[in-house]
Amino acid sequence: MKRSIVRRLFQIISLIIGVIVMNFTLIQMAPGSLLDIMTSEQQVTDPATLEHLRHLYGLDQSPLVQLLRYTWSVFTFDLGYSYRQNAPVFDIIMAQLPSTLLLMLTSLGVAVTLGMIAGVVASVKVNKVWDVVISLAAVFFFAAPTFWLGIMLIIFFAVQLDWLPVGGMTTIGEQFGPVGHVIDVLRHLILPALSLGLFYAAIYTRVMRASMLEVFSLDFVRTARAKGLSKTRVILAHVFRNALLPVVTLLGLQLGTVLGGSVVIEAVFSWPGIGSLMLDSVMSRNYPVVLGVFVLSAVVVAIANLLVDLAYYRLDPRIRSR
Amino acid sequence: MAALLEIRDLEVDLFTRRGVLRAIDRFSLTVQHGETLGLVGESGCGKSMTSLAIMGLLPVPPAKITGGAILLEGRDLTKLSDSKMQAVRGREVGIIFQDPMSSLNPVYTVGDQLVEAIRCHFKLDRRAAAKRALDLLDRVHIPDARRRLDAYPHELSGGMNQRVVIAMAIACEPKLLIADEPTTALDVTIQAQIIELLKEIQRESRMGMVFITHDLGVIADVADRVTVMYAGKKAEEAPVDVLFDDPRHPYTRGLIGATPKPGDERRHRLVEIPGTVPGLASRPKGCAFANRCPLVFERCHVEAPALVHQAEGHAAACFLADQMEDCDVASVGA
Repeated sequence: MKRSIVRRLFQIISLIIGVIVMNFTLIQMAPGSLLDIMTSEQQVTDPATLEHLRHLYGLDQSPLVQLLRYTWSVFTFDLGYSYRQNAPVFDIIMAQLPSTLLLMLTSLGVAVTLGMIAGVVASVKVNKVWDVVISLAAVFFFAAPTFWLGIMLIIFFAVQLDWLPVGGMTTIGEQFGPVGHVIDVLRHLILPALSLGLFYAAIYTRVMRASMLEVFSLDFVRTARAKGLSKTRVILAHVFRNALLPVVTLLGLQLGTVLGGSVVIEAVFSWPGIGSLMLDSVMSRNYPVVLGVFVLSAVVVAIANLLVDLAYYRLDPRIRSR
Repeated sequence: MAALLEIRDLEVDLFTRRGVLRAIDRFSLTVQHGETLGLVGESGCGKSMTSLAIMGLLPVPPAKITGGAILLEGRDLTKLSDSKMQAVRGREVGIIFQDPMSSLNPVYTVGDQLVEAIRCHFKLDRRAAAKRALDLLDRVHIPDARRRLDAYPHELSGGMNQRVVIAMAIACEPKLLIADEPTTALDVTIQAQIIELLKEIQRESRMGMVFITHDLGVIADVADRVTVMYAGKKAEEAPVDVLFDDPRHPYTRGLIGATPKPGDERRHRLVEIPGTVPGLASRPKGCAFANRCPLVFERCHVEAPALVHQAEGHAAACFLADQMEDCDVASVGA
């Protein structure tokens, strides 16, 4: 176990370095240097200022030196400086991170809960009405683009019924107490979390259903029934427990996309998160921030994978004894 | 007193897209208290289907009991509600399946699965149940039982796992134990040990046992009486020594001819039965064995033979059953 943890740490570090090198190179290859982008908007032409900026951002050095310096600084939690927001990239990302985490973790929570329940019900009622209804719904929500679903939800619940806010994370220009603030954020959270959650739930439903059906056909399920256990107990204690493994794998993969997965939905709902930040930064060619988000994503992917492995270790004794 | 188990004219149909197929056709058998009945037949002849029918664990759909009765001490199990049947499973009838490696849940310890079986029917707290689980492992001769309680199935060998499965099947002291090919998936040396264990448990607890196998050698060892099954029907039934000395059905004769006998000096070649059991969809109108039978004549293709009573407890479903005495067993099928 100890050895495998060390090995995993080594893998994580290599992964992050790889991501840095690749993205750094990509951005280097993009037309227009950082200096051009910085100065063109402000119409700066003074050679002395240009030289000062070039030196300040380390652009007077060779790309390799820049890469090495950047890589080193990443491991000291310094992701560079954004000229646009005039703040360290790390601070900018950290300021946006909580809202994205709130949105994504809520969506995944909704998705996993809904998906597992729906998957279990569909597998228990296989080829009956409930299975057909659930499977059709799953196909629908999987096929429907999330932005379309988001817009439909806005039209229905926010515009037509006027039950929920159209977008944003808080009501602008309103002062709430602490409890009122939480309620306000939750009200804003419902629609975006639902649009993302339903899409993910569709996948969990399919995986859970298939996994349950596979386990149902295994011999030990028959043994459990033969002991005299009730159907419910067999389904929950024996089938469900074994069917969980593929779902955990999927959850790990999706935890990895937590930062990138919400770009579209954050745009649709004007949710002030990493997705919006990413979109703005790409649009304005704010490369330090773009690079910073990529690096952070890599870290999240690595951590998510580590968590999945730990979960496997807990869930499956066959892996534990290896 | 009613027999421990009496299956009367059991009919199981499979409802498939290609129509209704009869898997078990007016099949009957009886097991007395403390008796071991051997149920023999090739793969696909309905042995396991019968055992699942007794347990009420037939896969519904497609399978469904469409006729007959399964009487456990006079009570018809086919008429019991789901919850009543649940109380029968494990408590009154225990079952051992073929493959021990897949019969146990891989994510729970052996101890947990035993405790679950015990507490399912007995009102015991965890500690008392764990104590009983330990006793059970001792009873099935698992060495170092205390440590094994915390083992997962993948940490034990096939033979060990089968002992655990047996312990689980007898955990609630059932009156009837069904052993559905309990040794088929095991090494030969382990097979002998498991059979010895089953005989020992049966002797001590006086349970009735249905021992299902396709291995006549095993039957000779464990069974008091034997029922030979072919294509969902009873071909022959007899006390075990009568069956081997004086088989009256050509199928039984074929099976015996195809079984190697230890110490047989003559070393004649084993005689196989040509062909295979007809598929469910292509069961012939007459005798199901007709297409493989060396003694077949016209009547066999038209009419299915009824069971012909031979002697006390001996009957065979063959038109020629009465004339079979003079036939040499080994010559059948040659």
